[in-house]
Amino acid sequence: MSKLGRRKFLLYGSTGVVASLLLKGCAQGSDTGTGDPASSSDTSDAAPAATGDGIKVGILHSLSGTMAISETTVVDAEMLAIDEINAAGGVLGKQIIPIKEDGASDWPTFAEKAAKLIDNDKVVTVFGCWTSSSRKAVLPVFESKKHMLWYPVQYEGQECSNYVFYTGATPNQQIEPAVDWLLENKGKDFFLVGSDYVFPRTANTIIKEQLAAKGGKTVGEDYLPLGDTEVTAIITKIKVALPNGGVIFNSLNGDSNVSFFKQMQGAGLEPDKYPVMSVSIAEEEVKQIGKEYLVGHYASWNYFQTVESPENDKFVKAFKAKYGEERVTNDPMEAAYIMVYLWKQAVEAAGTTDIEAVRKAAVGQELAAPEGKVKLLPNHHISKTVRIGQVRDDGLFDIVSSSEGAVDPVPWNQYVKETKGFACDWTDPNKGGKYKV
Amino acid sequence: MFYDVRKFRGEGLFSPTIIDLVFLVHSWLQSFKRINGSINSQVSALIEGLFNGISIGSVLLIAALGLAIVFGLMGVINLAHGELMMLGAYTTFVVQNVFKLFGEPWFDFYIVVAIPIAFLIAAVAGMILERGAIRFLYGRPLETLLATWGVSLILQQLVRSVNWLLVICLGVLCLLFFGGITTLGRRENWEIIRVRAIAFLLPIAIAIAIAMGFLLNKITALTKPWFSARNVDVTAPAWLRGGVEVLGFQMPYVRLFIIALTIICLIGVYWFLHRSAWGLRIRAVTQNRTMSSCLGIPTAKVDALTFALGSGLAGIAGCAVSLLGSVGPNTGQNYIIDTFMVVVVGGVGNLLGTVVAAMSIGIFNYLIGSGTLALFLTSIDASKPLIDFFLFFATSSMAKVMVFALIITFLQIKPAGLFPQKGRTAEL
Repeated sequence: MSKLGRRKFLLYGSTGVVASLLLKGCAQGSDTGTGDPASSSDTSDAAPAATGDGIKVGILHSLSGTMAISETTVVDAEMLAIDEINAAGGVLGKQIIPIKEDGASDWPTFAEKAAKLIDNDKVVTVFGCWTSSSRKAVLPVFESKKHMLWYPVQYEGQECSNYVFYTGATPNQQIEPAVDWLLENKGKDFFLVGSDYVFPRTANTIIKEQLAAKGGKTVGEDYLPLGDTEVTAIITKIKVALPNGGVIFNSLNGDSNVSFFKQMQGAGLEPDKYPVMSVSIAEEEVKQIGKEYLVGHYASWNYFQTVESPENDKFVKAFKAKYGEERVTNDPMEAAYIMVYLWKQAVEAAGTTDIEAVRKAAVGQELAAPEGKVKLLPNHHISKTVRIGQVRDDGLFDIVSSSEGAVDPVPWNQYVKETKGFACDWTDPNKGGKYKV
Repeated sequence: MFYDVRKFRGEGLFSPTIIDLVFLVHSWLQSFKRINGSINSQVSALIEGLFNGISIGSVLLIAALGLAIVFGLMGVINLAHGELMMLGAYTTFVVQNVFKLFGEPWFDFYIVVAIPIAFLIAAVAGMILERGAIRFLYGRPLETLLATWGVSLILQQLVRSVNWLLVICLGVLCLLFFGGITTLGRRENWEIIRVRAIAFLLPIAIAIAIAMGFLLNKITALTKPWFSARNVDVTAPAWLRGGVEVLGFQMPYVRLFIIALTIICLIGVYWFLHRSAWGLRIRAVTQNRTMSSCLGIPTAKVDALTFALGSGLAGIAGCAVSLLGSVGPNTGQNYIIDTFMVVVVGGVGNLLGTVVAAMSIGIFNYLIGSGTLALFLTSIDASKPLIDFFLFFATSSMAKVMVFALIITFLQIKPAGLFPQKGRTAEL
C-alpha cells in the first residue's frame, strides 16, 4: 500500500513539475515573438552593471490587467523614443537604460512600484501611468521623495503638482474646444453619455457649465456602469430628448463604446442627424469597434495619425518600422513619445541629471512634435494644438478643424465654481500649485 | 378589472411579476383612454417599450438558456459559461474573417455559417470540460464552482496568448501521450503496466513538446498571437445593419434577428428535451439518476451530452451578442451575473421559468432605466413623490440597483424562483 502511494506521488509530482515547465516554455515563446515589452525588461536591467555609465529611467505602466491594452501602446512609443535617442548617441553622452515595472492595473501596485523604482533602482525620472486613479495613487510617493513623473494622457485637470509634468491635454485643450466647435457647427442641444466614474462625471460637469455659459442646452445625461453593454435604455432617452436630432457628447470608456455605436446604428441614429463627439476614441479604438459603425462620427484630440507634418511622417514611419505595418499611432502614444524628448532636452539644458536642476530647466522647453510645436509652461503642462477629426472609411481621421497654433493649458478649470480664478505657476515661489489670479 | 386581477394572487396561479406586468399594461391602456388626442403616438410608445424590453430580455434569455440546462438539469454551477460564450464570439470573428476572403456576395451570409460552427466549438469545449474536470465533481457544488472559475480564467488567458506554437506544442503533447496510451492499451497486460506506462509516457511527451517549443521559438510567424489581449471587431453583415421603421420608431434588424434566434433555440431545446430519445433520457436522469442507470441509460454519456448542449447554446449566445457588443477576452464576464440572475429567478430546472424571468428582467430594466415608467406616471397624474422616485432611478446605473432590489425582494417571497420544482424531484 505504502509502495503504491509513493509511486503515485512520484508520478503526479513529476507530472506537475514538467507541466509547469511546459507552460513556462511556451509562455516565453509567445513573449519574444510578439515583441511584448514586458519580456525585454530583463535584458535591459543587466546593462548598467556592465557599462556603468548609463542613465536609468523608470517606465511604470500596466503591462497586465484590463489597462494593459491601452498602456502597452504608450510603452511602445516610449521605447521607440528611447531607442532613437540611444541610437543618436544618448543623453549627455550616456545611453538611457529603461527599467520597466508593471503596475498591473492595480493602483496600490503602482505606488509600490514607483517607490521601488526611486529607492532601489535610483532612476532619475519616471515615465508612467494612464488612468487618473493610478496617477493619484503614485502622487504622494513622488511628492514625498521630491522626484519626477512624466504623465502622457489627456485627463480631467484639477491637479497641478510640482513633481509631475503633464504632456496630455487638459479639458480646455480637448473637451472645451470640441464643445465650442459643436455649438458652432452641429447644434445647441447636447446629450451627454459617459461611463460611471470620475473622468466622465468631471468632464460632463465642465460641459454643462460651458453650455450654460454659451447658450447651449443639456437635454439629458446618462452614465453606464463600466463594462455594461446594454444601451437600449440610453438610446430611447436620446430619441425622446432629441426627437429632431442633436449632438451626443460621448465619454464612455472601453467595451461600452462598442455596444453604444453598434446599437446606435441599429436604432437608426445616423451621424448626419446625431453626430457623436468622443473623447476616448482614437485610431486604436476605431480598429476594435469596427470602422463601419464609426464612419462620420467625430473625435477630439491633439494628434491624429493623419496630421501632415515632416515630424509626424518621421514618427509614423519609425513606429511602423519597429512594431509592424498594421499598427497605428494615436494621441496618448504621441504624448508619450514627445515627453521622453522633452525630458532629454531638459537634461541637456541642465547639463546634469540632478532632479531639481532638470525640473527647473524643463520649463520653457520647446519641441517640434508630430502634433506641431509644443512648449512646456510654468504650470508643468504643455501647450498643444487642438484638432477635431471625423472617422473616414479607412478607420483613420479626417481632420476637419484645427486650432490656430498651440493652445495654452489651463489645469484649474475656469467653468467649475470651486476652481474658477485659480492658476498654477511653479517658477514663482510665491505662487505655486494653486493661487488666486 | 383591477380587483379581478388581484384575486389571482391568492390562488397562486400567477407570480407577482406577471401580476405587476398585467397591472402595468392595464394602467397603460387606461391612460390611453384618458388622454384623448395623440393615441397613435401612445400606442407607438407602448409597442416600442415592449419591443425594447423584449429585445433586452431575449439577449438575457439566449445567454441564460444554456445555463438553465447545465445548472437547471444537472445542478452544475458553471462559472465558465461566460467564457464559452466568448469562444462563440471569437468563432464568429474567425468565420467573419474567413468569409472576408471570399468577397462580397458570400460575406453577407457568414453569420448563418458562424452560428452552427460556434455551437459545435463551444459544445466540444464544454464536452472536454465535462469529461476532463466536472464529472469528477458531481454533487460537490463548491468544488465545481471553484474548478469552473479556474477554467474560465484559463480560457480567458488562452484567447489572449494562443498562437501556433502553443497549439503545436499541445498537439504534439496530446499526440504522443494519448497515442502512446492507445497503442500500449492494446497489450494484454495493460492493466498491470498502466501506472508505469503513464509515468514513463507523460514526462517523455512533455519533454519533447517543450523541446519543440524552444526549437520553434525563433520563428516569429509561429509565435504571433492569434487574437492578442486587444478586443477584436465583429461587424454585422450589411443586411443586419440599420432597421425597419414600424409605427414611427425603428426596430433594429440585429435585435429582430436575435429575437428570432432565441425563439428558434427555445423551440429546438424544447423539441430536443421532450420529443427526442436522448431528451427523454436526459429528463429521466434528471428525475432519478439511480433508477435510470438501473434501467440501462448510460448516465455518463447523458451527462456529457447535456453539458455539451448547454455549452453549445452558450456558443450561439456568444455569436448573437458579438453583433451587439464588444468581443474580447472578458466579454463573457459581462454576462455571467445576469445569466445566473435569470436562472435563479426563473426557478431551477424549468425552461418556462427562465423565459418569463428573462423577459420580466429585460422589460423592467428597460422601463425603469429609460424613464418610460416615470413618463407614464406623469401622464396618468400619479402622485408627485412617486414620479420623483422613478425619475431618480431612471438612469442606467440606478435602474440596475432597483432591479436587483426587486429581485432580492422577490426571492424573499419565493426563494425557489418563479416556478419551483414540486414533488420528489425537488429534493434532488
